[in-house]
Amino acid sequence: MTRTRTPVVAGWFTADEEGTGFRLLGTRCSACSAVFFPREDSFCRNPACTGGELAPVPLSPRGRVWSYTDGRYRPPAPYVSDPGAEWKPYVLLAVELEAERMVVLGQAAPGVELADLTVGMEVEVVPGVLNEDAGTTWTTWHWQPTGAR
Amino acid sequence: MTGDIAVLGAGMHPWGKWGRSFVEYGTVAARAALSDAGIGWQDVQSVVGADTVRGGYPGYVAGATFAQALGWQGARVTSVYAACASGAQAIGTARAQILAGLADVALVVGADSAPKGFFAPAGGERPDDPDWLRFRLLGATNPAYFALYARRRMALYGDTAEDFAQVKVKNAAAGALNPNARYRKAVTPQDVAASAVVCDPLRLLDICATSDGAAALVLTSMEFARRHGAPDPVRIRAVATNTPVYPRTVLDLPDIATDSAAAVEPSGESFRASIARAAYEEAGIGPEELSLAEVYDLSTALELQWYEDIGLCGEGEGAKLLREGATALGGRIPVNTSGGLASFGEAVPAQAIAQVCELTLQLRGRAGERQVAGARAGITANQGLFGHGSSVIAVR
Repeated sequence: MTRTRTPVVAGWFTADEEGTGFRLLGTRCSACSAVFFPREDSFCRNPACTGGELAPVPLSPRGRVWSYTDGRYRPPAPYVSDPGAEWKPYVLLAVELEAERMVVLGQAAPGVELADLTVGMEVEVVPGVLNEDAGTTWTTWHWQPTGAR
Repeated sequence: MTGDIAVLGAGMHPWGKWGRSFVEYGTVAARAALSDAGIGWQDVQSVVGADTVRGGYPGYVAGATFAQALGWQGARVTSVYAACASGAQAIGTARAQILAGLADVALVVGADSAPKGFFAPAGGERPDDPDWLRFRLLGATNPAYFALYARRRMALYGDTAEDFAQVKVKNAAAGALNPNARYRKAVTPQDVAASAVVCDPLRLLDICATSDGAAALVLTSMEFARRHGAPDPVRIRAVATNTPVYPRTVLDLPDIATDSAAAVEPSGESFRASIARAAYEEAGIGPEELSLAEVYDLSTALELQWYEDIGLCGEGEGAKLLREGATALGGRIPVNTSGGLASFGEAVPAQAIAQVCELTLQLRGRAGERQVAGARAGITANQGLFGHGSSVIAVR
């Protein structure tokens, strides 16, 4: 059976089609140009702003590692994992985006190990899979080292 | 000072994993605080409960739950929730009522009965809840955030795993002297190093447990305290319950990202630092006048961060202060003389109240073997999930 690819949360990142640049999607206020991720679609949260239109904006595709860790124990629900399978730790990254001046969390792409990482290293956002169930492949974003230091 | 209120009584139920209802723990702590104050429950005019999200409906209306358990007597009631800062909000509420003349005698109670393992979000499919999302999308547990801060300190300031372990060793030594602490055994650096990694670089003994426990305070007007025969009680001089200022640039639970600082220049002061500053400003004293501090050591590394945020040392100098022994019992400015969360484990709504119980004991000179000689002023510092500041300054 083929699974439908569905973003685990709608509107937070672009479709992961071949050849298109995958990006996280935030929103930007037309009045004060404040950027929000996760996207803010109701009201601008800059307290000095009288409020503008919030329009989608792609975030910088690359950033630098602010910090990183891993999860040696299975997180509780709603994180999805097979309780029958041995727990395999994954790496969690906090990434600083220079233009947006913000830090965004994300899991590292599969295969990235703690030993591969240093604070300040450049990483890029790539499409990833969070989990699969009977009918759906739940897609997400991952951070992947670019190889440049 | 006109803003002072008196702490006439402090009481606790020992921390542990007792497997009973939070109501029972809270009632024990409340009775202990009333007895300590020499005040009957019937004389309490306002009861303020710090809520727990883990006891079902009675937990959401903790003020009334404790009032019922102690026996309905008609007191004004308030129930507050602010995650880890719930206790400070309860104290702040009681203080405002006393200073406004709405009540002379208030009872503040917080209690929790904690589950096993990681704290998890409320159930259901709730993609509008950032707390739910961080688990669903990232599996980002609380210790994962603690570990991100710890790694950042290692990279920026050169803190080491040995420094973090030393915080545990220090707090365990103090906790061993506290009959209300859950963990009362000395811990060595080797014990910490031998414990399992939970979220690299933090190990099990770097991270606070979740506990059952309860703490309560009897708070009164200064005038009532005098009439009650307590002319020189411990006084609460400040309660900071401030929120962050946009843009918030330090990653915090349960957020998936910080605010963007692209449109608005950040103030340069972190949220945590602003909590202590608000308390110092309200109290009219500074960090140099402190005798001790109780800070929220959810992790060992976070205790070092607090040293800097409450102004005990400059940014990046927390580990140096620790290595000098300044923050240990007998040091220049002992921190977490109670044993801290390292020795207690976190009983969420009780914890900020328990911090004030420790200040009270110390300022009365009744902290036994862990007494800070000549203690005159102390600060508590804490931060509740979603942006709740929590800091109390008490003086004698």
